[in-house]
Amino acid sequence: MWAFIHKLGSPKWFYAISARLQPWFWALAILLLLVGSVWGLVFAPSDYQQGNSFRIIYVHVPAAILAQSCFVTMAVAGVIFLVWKIKIADMAAAVIAPFGAAMTFVALFSGAVWGMPTWGTWWVWDARLTSMLIQLFLYLGVIALRGAFASRDSGSRAASVLALVGVVNIPIIKYSVDWWNTLHQPATFTLTERPAMPVEMWLPLLVMVLGFYCFFIALTLTRTRNEILRRESAKRWVRELVAGTARRG
Amino acid sequence: MTFRLEARGLACERDDRRLFQDIDLEVGPGEVLRVEGPNGSGKTTLLKILSGQLTDYSGELHWCGQPMRRARSAFLANLLYLGHTPGVKAALSPLENLAWYQALCGERGDEAERMAVLADVGLHGFEDVPVAQLSAGQQRRVALARLTLTPRPLWVLDEPFTAIDKHGVARLEQRLLDHAQAGGSVILTTHHELAPLGELRRITLGHRACSVAGE
Amino acid sequence: MQVVEPKAGLGVAIAATVKRDLTLMLRRRSEVINPLVFFALVITLFPLGISPDTELLAAIAPGLLWVAALLATQLSLDTLFRGDYDDGSLEQLLLSPQPLPALVLSKVLVHWLLTGLPLALMAPVLGLMLALPVGSFAVLALSLALGSASLSLIGAIGAALTVGLSRGGVLLSLLVLPLYIPVLIFGAGAVQVVILDGNAAPHLAILGAQLCLALMLSPWAIAAALRISING
Repeated sequence: MWAFIHKLGSPKWFYAISARLQPWFWALAILLLLVGSVWGLVFAPSDYQQGNSFRIIYVHVPAAILAQSCFVTMAVAGVIFLVWKIKIADMAAAVIAPFGAAMTFVALFSGAVWGMPTWGTWWVWDARLTSMLIQLFLYLGVIALRGAFASRDSGSRAASVLALVGVVNIPIIKYSVDWWNTLHQPATFTLTERPAMPVEMWLPLLVMVLGFYCFFIALTLTRTRNEILRRESAKRWVRELVAGTARRG
Repeated sequence: MTFRLEARGLACERDDRRLFQDIDLEVGPGEVLRVEGPNGSGKTTLLKILSGQLTDYSGELHWCGQPMRRARSAFLANLLYLGHTPGVKAALSPLENLAWYQALCGERGDEAERMAVLADVGLHGFEDVPVAQLSAGQQRRVALARLTLTPRPLWVLDEPFTAIDKHGVARLEQRLLDHAQAGGSVILTTHHELAPLGELRRITLGHRACSVAGE
Repeated sequence: MQVVEPKAGLGVAIAATVKRDLTLMLRRRSEVINPLVFFALVITLFPLGISPDTELLAAIAPGLLWVAALLATQLSLDTLFRGDYDDGSLEQLLLSPQPLPALVLSKVLVHWLLTGLPLALMAPVLGLMLALPVGSFAVLALSLALGSASLSLIGAIGAALTVGLSRGGVLLSLLVLPLYIPVLIFGAGAVQVVILDGNAAPHLAILGAQLCLALMLSPWAIAAALRISING
């Protein structure tokens, strides 16, 4: 078991295994996102209250779910890096942070756009949007802290600690904000409860959520591979790899 | 019980730059180890690893046969480390500074003892002056007073001769020698030419290889 | 030379660290007074910027007082470890044979004693100027005293993470302010409830719970952050 984890932590091995995995995830992501969007935007019935404007849910909810998962993933990667000193985990955390921030921004933006027809205004201090906004600041803090250190290793560790502090605080912040704004819409979609939406509506949403996750995994794999090449550029296996590609090309 | 600090195959890599590798060293009672090398060869980093501040290394580090990770608190109780900065508070007097250092080790100590130690490093009459009003060399001396005040077997000194005058240097050299003869040990870096010091060993860090030589 | 056995003496070390930090702060009194002046100044800006209408001011006073106190705490945090970092005594603190979280906690305690507590005591005076009902003064001071302890603890994590950076000031705010939000919500909420003739006890209890959580977790985070920063 330990041998396996350490093997997984070796950049070279990860580079090889991820090369085989990433085409599958990319293919799956594109397929699911295509099916989900067409299904959700064209075939799903329109909402009896909100009409067609509810369809933005097919972007808003997956982005919001992913934004939260990214933070947790980043914190877990941070712990793995801090405790076991596995560099791959830090490289993954480094590439997840901007992606998570982008997803948070997408969720906020789509929420604002959705707010216009629903509430008649671009921004409402709704509990979910407010938590999202705070989470965006947390992401920006982690990214800024990582970049602020002259030594990359120290920056990585500091960012890991901050991600961990953030992940402990996110539930507290979320509950505080919920409590502060007791007049909010109930969460639209939970995997554990029976959804109140009709099947024709939430099934495409599920497809979209899965598609977003596949996209996340595929993009993280690709970007982590780039990060490996960048950081390990002085190592022999990378130089051999580059020389080999050059010869073939 | 005697003590021994042992490193096997120590290597340090920072930001993908290899500072040093394959360092084997052993320091026991009565030994003085001088770490040498050009600027940027990782002397300070090695000292930080050997003093338990940096845990970012590969290889093994043992204190009295126990891995450093587990022996940490026992090790720290035996260590006196002086870094580039003297670690004295400018707004406090030398006496107050020393009292805090004693207390950090869990000792209350007494005023007379601290006065005597300060007189010993040539700070008689400056005991109650805020450190900010002392010269750089005098501030160093306040830090060096800890060598006598809180006796520790292992001293790790990073450039201890910085900013000290000729007379002070001779005193400090004598102090190091006394410490080694009393069965203590010293690990130090310095650009200063040392007078022959008992059993002095050297370890040279370079960009290519490192070597350990006895003298 | 004999090996030294680790002595206990944690109490001595903590007492000495508290005493040392108190002495240091009291010798540079401006560092204690500046946050208080800042607090008063920010509160003065609001009536000038919004309106001197007492009814309006009374309605927003709890939030204003809390936000201003929070910013004052936050601004004073940058110096919490910086002095020790610059003169090398932080390095020595990390090398002491005592558990670092305990020593760090005593430094944060001093910060709270000389920043959070004075701010809490001063808040009712500024509340008076904002036409806050007199009946809410006790809760205002109590909520600030409880809340600012959490703020000091959480903020110290950020201060420890940025102490090695030469220009950490703005970054520190970016890291710390989002984490302050739960404390702000319940702190300002407590005062608002009292104004509406409600019972502030639940709010204060939650502030207390937040403080307990911060007391339990943040010393470890601060210690870890300092170990990273010292080798920046």
